[in-house]
Amino acid sequence: MLTQTENYQVETIRDDFPILHQEINGKPLVYFDNAATTQKPLQVIEAIGQYYLDINANIHRGIHTLAERATASYEATREVLRQFLNASSTDEIIFVRGVTEGINLVANGFANSILKAGNEVVITAMEHHSNIVPWQMACEKTGAILKVAPINEKGELIFEEYVKLLNPQTRIVSLVHASNALGTINPVKNIIEEAHKFDIPVLLDGAQSTSHLEIDVRDLDCDFFVFSGHKVYGPTGIGALYGKREWLEKLPPYQGGGEMIKDVTFEKTTYNELPYKFEAGTPNIADVVALKHAIKYIQELGKANIAQHELELLEYATGQLIDVKGLKIIGTAKEKVSVASFVIEGIHHQDLAVILDQQGIAVRTGHHCTQPLMKRFGILGTTRASFALYNTKEEIDLFITALHKALKMLR
Amino acid sequence: MAEVKTNINEVQDQIIDEFGLFDDWTDKYEYIIEMGKKLSLMDEKYKTEENKIKGCQSNVWLHSELKDGKVTFEADSDAVIVKGLISMLVRVLSGHSPNEIFSTDLYFIDKIGMTQHLAQTRSNGLLSMVKQMKFYALAYQAKTN
Repeated sequence: MLTQTENYQVETIRDDFPILHQEINGKPLVYFDNAATTQKPLQVIEAIGQYYLDINANIHRGIHTLAERATASYEATREVLRQFLNASSTDEIIFVRGVTEGINLVANGFANSILKAGNEVVITAMEHHSNIVPWQMACEKTGAILKVAPINEKGELIFEEYVKLLNPQTRIVSLVHASNALGTINPVKNIIEEAHKFDIPVLLDGAQSTSHLEIDVRDLDCDFFVFSGHKVYGPTGIGALYGKREWLEKLPPYQGGGEMIKDVTFEKTTYNELPYKFEAGTPNIADVVALKHAIKYIQELGKANIAQHELELLEYATGQLIDVKGLKIIGTAKEKVSVASFVIEGIHHQDLAVILDQQGIAVRTGHHCTQPLMKRFGILGTTRASFALYNTKEEIDLFITALHKALKMLR
Repeated sequence: MAEVKTNINEVQDQIIDEFGLFDDWTDKYEYIIEMGKKLSLMDEKYKTEENKIKGCQSNVWLHSELKDGKVTFEADSDAVIVKGLISMLVRVLSGHSPNEIFSTDLYFIDKIGMTQHLAQTRSNGLLSMVKQMKFYALAYQAKTN
């Protein structure tokens, strides 16, 4: 087997990401805020420009060449995503703005057609606000009850406790595939298996998993899977919701408008077929078109190679972080994506971020939109370094040096 | 009135001079951190929800009083850099009349290169802090008029 350095040319990869080659506050940029959003390769940036230069037209109904070109390019992404997620049909791929909109779409559908008073919705203690609030709103509307599966000190789901929450009143389990704040990868296959024993559907929030792990929705047997394009090297404002056909057919439309209709009279409107039933209005065509180039980029590098590279970075960084005096890693699950979240005794994370930024290091600090999770650990927030396919060990060295300098200043 | 107004600006100019001594960011931030550590601790009784200016990442508390026509401010934060920054705001604005405080242009923040901390409203609540100080001044002014 080739070693990682032999088959994974990170310097060549970095050439595809022009944004990385700049100085921040006079220091080379070290971008470790990848869990918030990843940078975009030239292939994606150029595809957006190319779309507006050569292709732009509204899709699906125009009988002219540009409209056909735009439609073909838009629908080609749907097919790329179908393969990427291994869905059985492009009808099961709905374009949404991102994970937040995808979860809102499903939660709204459940609130409007499935949830009744006394029913239950199961989430976990490590959810992002975007997988808490839409369900709280659905529960408020219907009288359903939100149940939260607890986690242990390492930031792992307590599986037995999760199983105990499942009962004939449970209507859906909605959980994060990989935690943005901790890095924990949930054992989703087992989680889904348990839920299916009660015929309960499962939604996976793939915001953090999609760029790191192989996603095979049929193998996972999840009922819904949602991810954001901007976290997989694609444009902002575009993502996809996968839903099993039977579920998507069961759910009512999310928004009304053009595209999602079959016939409209003032008396009654009939809705379009899948996937268009959920795509009201002119969509974000340019970013859909560009998204396939991000997916192709990942596929060409190979997710297994990317994952190996990122895990090496995570191990390298974690090894150095644990030697820092007073530092505690938050999220020490056995299975993790490349997220190193930590707190340092006596140091406010915001102070740390300011001094790191002065040295060109971009990390994320705060509660990471997971306030209940932070409360669970009894902290206000963490400092989080998250690694992507273009990061290097040299950057981690710069980060660790900058961290020591910051601590020297702040202590 | 014009005379006292110069006073506020004198303090601002003093701070600008102090920062003029530093030629790199490390010294500058070390000075801010030092000021943050030195800022006298706020009386716990003032650390109320009401006095809290909530930022996304750090908390800032602000208490004000009007005595003999002058406003005094006390402030605190759980983050030391923010504390250093607010200690400068307190140093500049505390002890002046509501009208002076309200009409002051806080140019020193830009001159010492700290404007970025005002822009990050969600992060540290510093901009809210400036607004709140001016708001108190305006409220006292309305009360005394």
